[in-house]
Amino acid sequence: MMVALRHLRRAVLALAFMATPIASVAAQSADATQNLSQPTLLAPAPGVDSVLDARVKTVASRLRCPVCQGESIQDSPAELSAQMRSLVREQLAAGRTESQVFDYFVQKYGQWILLEPRAEGINLLVYWLPILFIVLGGGGLWMAVRKWTRPPIDGVATE
Amino acid sequence: MNWKRAGFMTALVGGPILALLAYGMTRDPREIPSPLPGRLAPVFVGTVFAPGNDTVLQLPVGDTVRLAQHRGQVVVVNFWASWCLACRAEHKALSSVARGYAPQGVKFFGLLYNDETPNGLNWIEGMGGQAYPALDDPGARTAIDYGLYGVPETFVVDQRGYVARKFVGPVEEREMSKLLDSLLQASGASNASGTADAPVTKSLPSADPKR
Repeated sequence: MMVALRHLRRAVLALAFMATPIASVAAQSADATQNLSQPTLLAPAPGVDSVLDARVKTVASRLRCPVCQGESIQDSPAELSAQMRSLVREQLAAGRTESQVFDYFVQKYGQWILLEPRAEGINLLVYWLPILFIVLGGGGLWMAVRKWTRPPIDGVATE
Repeated sequence: MNWKRAGFMTALVGGPILALLAYGMTRDPREIPSPLPGRLAPVFVGTVFAPGNDTVLQLPVGDTVRLAQHRGQVVVVNFWASWCLACRAEHKALSSVARGYAPQGVKFFGLLYNDETPNGLNWIEGMGGQAYPALDDPGARTAIDYGLYGVPETFVVDQRGYVARKFVGPVEEREMSKLLDSLLQASGASNASGTADAPVTKSLPSADPKR
């Protein structure tokens, strides 16, 4: 129990350390692009930036980093990811919707760039197969439980 | 427990999973299929920071290059960096092809990817010069526009402004020459038919903005 707790504490600490540089990089790129987009904003109203920040974060965490491949551009410390994040910010600040930004990246990198495949065509398998398996497994389990809990038939029991 | 049945069920569930994993082993996860070939090449604007040493291709430092200005010409766009080892491997081949095809109007541009221009200049000097001009790409905007995920990557844009092909990794002289030959030949053929039927050559560039 103590060992498990110690591991948990270590994991939390490690996560906190890992998050610090990412957050500072994000903040830096935010500053850099803010300067670019400033002329389009009338006044730096409080809240506007945090809304934009949240939108950038949502989009960036769903785009795959082309350099590291296993991470989103939100989590990746790669230079290209930072540049892609600032591009996402710029496009959103210019009034594009989230789906338009996704479309832009899909146009450039293909569907591969989306960490979550779109629910269309062959991709539908990814969404429906688990449900099918759950239904089949549940059905199987239900039948098995019924078989196991069936009261013994007299004839068979005495055999 | 019926062992035969258990074995059958295991095969039924495990078989497809194993097959899927085996299929995954045959694929290179670093190879990302680009949607660009066959599509209109993203237009870019870059500033020349190294002029190039071929008399036909060279441009003054500080000049602005726009892809849109080169409609009607085959354009080769090479993304490179001074920190990229594979870029050294293709440098000689690219410069040699660029020199060879310059009289036929083929343009070559090197776009510096995630690097400082002084580093790029040093690199070119260390490699003994480069035939064609090198351009900057601040913020890697053009690189992202071209769906770049590493260097070197080379895009060949045809006379109508469409991406004819994308090369990932070092370009080989023979392969590039073959592609350029086929593009020049195709345009030569269409030009020949165009002279017989005058408006055709004119209609080619004007057809593009509609797309």
